[in-house]
Amino acid sequence: MRFLLERDTWQEVFDSLGKNKLRTALTMVGVWWGILLLIVLLGSARGIENSFNRLFGSFATNSVFVWAQSTSKPFKGFQEGRQVQLKITDAKKIEDNVEGIEFVVPRNRNQALVIHDFLSGNFSVSGDYPLLDQVQKKKMIQGRFINQTDIDENRKVVAISEEIYKQLFEKDAEMIGEYIQLNGMNFKIVGMFETGGNMGPSDDMNIPFTTFQQIYNMGGNIGWMMITGKPEYDISQIEADAKLILRNLNKVHPEDNRAFGSFNLGKEFEKITGFLTGMQFLTWFVGIATLFAGVFAIGNILLITVRERTKEIGVRRALGATPFEIKRQVVLEAVFITLIAGLIGIITGGLILMLVDSLFGQGPEAVLVNASVSISIVFIALTILIVLGTLIGLIPAFKATSIKPIDALREE
Amino acid sequence: MLKINKLHKSYPIGDSSLHVLKGIDLSVEEGEMVAIMGSSGSGKSTLLNIIGMLDEADEGEYILDNVPIKDLTEKKAAIYRNKFLGFIFQSFNLINYKNALDNVALPLYYQGLKRKERIETALFHLEKVGLKDWAHHLPKELSGGQKQRVAIARALAANPKLLLADEPTGALDTKTSHEIMAFIQSLNDEGKTILMVTHEEDIASMCKRIVRLKDGVIMEDAFVEQVRASEYV
Ligand SMILES: Nc1ncnc2c1ncn2[C@@H]1O[C@H](COP(=O)(O)OP(=O)(O)OP(=O)(O)O)[C@@H](O)[C@H]1O
Ligand SMILES: [Mg+2]
Repeated sequence: MRFLLERDTWQEVFDSLGKNKLRTALTMVGVWWGILLLIVLLGSARGIENSFNRLFGSFATNSVFVWAQSTSKPFKGFQEGRQVQLKITDAKKIEDNVEGIEFVVPRNRNQALVIHDFLSGNFSVSGDYPLLDQVQKKKMIQGRFINQTDIDENRKVVAISEEIYKQLFEKDAEMIGEYIQLNGMNFKIVGMFETGGNMGPSDDMNIPFTTFQQIYNMGGNIGWMMITGKPEYDISQIEADAKLILRNLNKVHPEDNRAFGSFNLGKEFEKITGFLTGMQFLTWFVGIATLFAGVFAIGNILLITVRERTKEIGVRRALGATPFEIKRQVVLEAVFITLIAGLIGIITGGLILMLVDSLFGQGPEAVLVNASVSISIVFIALTILIVLGTLIGLIPAFKATSIKPIDALREE
Repeated sequence: MLKINKLHKSYPIGDSSLHVLKGIDLSVEEGEMVAIMGSSGSGKSTLLNIIGMLDEADEGEYILDNVPIKDLTEKKAAIYRNKFLGFIFQSFNLINYKNALDNVALPLYYQGLKRKERIETALFHLEKVGLKDWAHHLPKELSGGQKQRVAIARALAANPKLLLADEPTGALDTKTSHEIMAFIQSLNDEGKTILMVTHEEDIASMCKRIVRLKDGVIMEDAFVEQVRASEYV
């Protein structure tokens, strides 16, 4: 391997490649394009994945929302079109009777006029159990979320989103322990969380579930419930089972599909994951195929070059070059152009990703979030290049020494 | 220095074969300057190429500097060529994208010398052939005679025991040919053993011994009074 450090080894490479610069450059285009494609596509795929992850980020993926609507079939003396009301007891029943349930979280939400000092706004208020944090992760910036004591004592405490804080407070103002007015009642702020993504209903502020029931006079009624399944259970089955129980409990026709609405996050997530995996697979496929074509072109051109240099190779052998030295040089040329083309591809690919990021990657609505490729992918690409370059270089290398020196010298 | 016994060589031509060398016996001592002559197709180049290990004989014995040359692998042949032999071709065979200096330094590269040594040695030999000032010129910027002198410098660079030249003056005009011959003679005066193929009588007469080939055998082998090329220059 010492020959790699020799200045003359490289001088030889540059000499023979520099002899026909245009051809060398054209040869490199194929590999450059392959790597560029690989980097840009993989980077974009990553960007899309990141943006979906941000969207779903806070939600448990094996979960389904269920809410009540109005019936579409008459049943047991009830007319069709009856508004169905979910009860907290429904949630309890589902939790006890459906197989594979992890959590059932009943939720309620309403609008409230919120005032702090001289600032005010209309925001949504949710009544929640601490369990919510398990199914829809609250990323706390300061303080804490609702806890069991808040529930037990019907406390007037509230956790607010960063967005609300910005609207109701002066910049950098202290807020933990501060009071805000919610429909005229004072609530103490216990925590602030990151504003949720745009997947599903995001929360402005959360108060204890029991407090909510009390101030809005909800009794046992709930707005909707979030059900999460254990990882090994199919969330679609859980959804179906839960709805069946709900129809039974609420005297709804067993085949009434409209009485309860639902949104199955698990199913949506699966679709997207499948799509992303497909996209990545396609990217690798296209990239590698292009790369192969590019490397093949290099091999082909080197084969032509070697043929053109038959006489020169004959002269070198007359002067004492061993077949191994000749082969080594040809392989080195192959690896060298492959690698250089690849590096240029990686660099231009990276630059394009940076451009894409600055054009489409900014702001909370961005389609691509942090479109980039990891160092390991760059390494994989480089390794593939070196291996392919070596392999393809062996063909012209063997061609170069297959002809006897005397025949090579006689060549005109 | 060199000893050949009953050397045979045939080339397959279609189904039959062409018997080119039919039992050559030749021995050359150190310091000799031998011209190989003969009509076109008589096998002069074939003989020289076998001596130069660029080609292999079918039969017979070849001993170079007490080393029997037979069953050579390509690698071994390359090493012997590099150590023992210097080649001068009719068409110069310089590498066109390398300047004179790098051309001369090439055999030294394959000898594994360090770059600095190579450049020094190559410059020394370029100076010897009177082309030091042309070291950084490409072959296309040189005249035929200059190119052949670069080629001679290259053949000398690795300090070979034997110089092999196949019609070294074949592509040159008479005046330039004589200049080149004068230089080759001076190398021989210094002790270098030289074997050259030519079909020009006046060039052959500048050697010390003339071997004539005909129909694949040596027809005549005689020592001659050497004509000094400098007389013509
Ligand atoms: N590789 C080969 N295959 C077939 N025949 C060959 C080959 N090399 C040489 N010959 C034949 O062998 C014979 C001798 O060739 P060679 O080159 O030795 O002649 P030469 O004496 O050098 O002639 P010239 O003076 O024209 O150079 C010729 O008839 C030639 O056609
Ligand atoms: Mg000949």
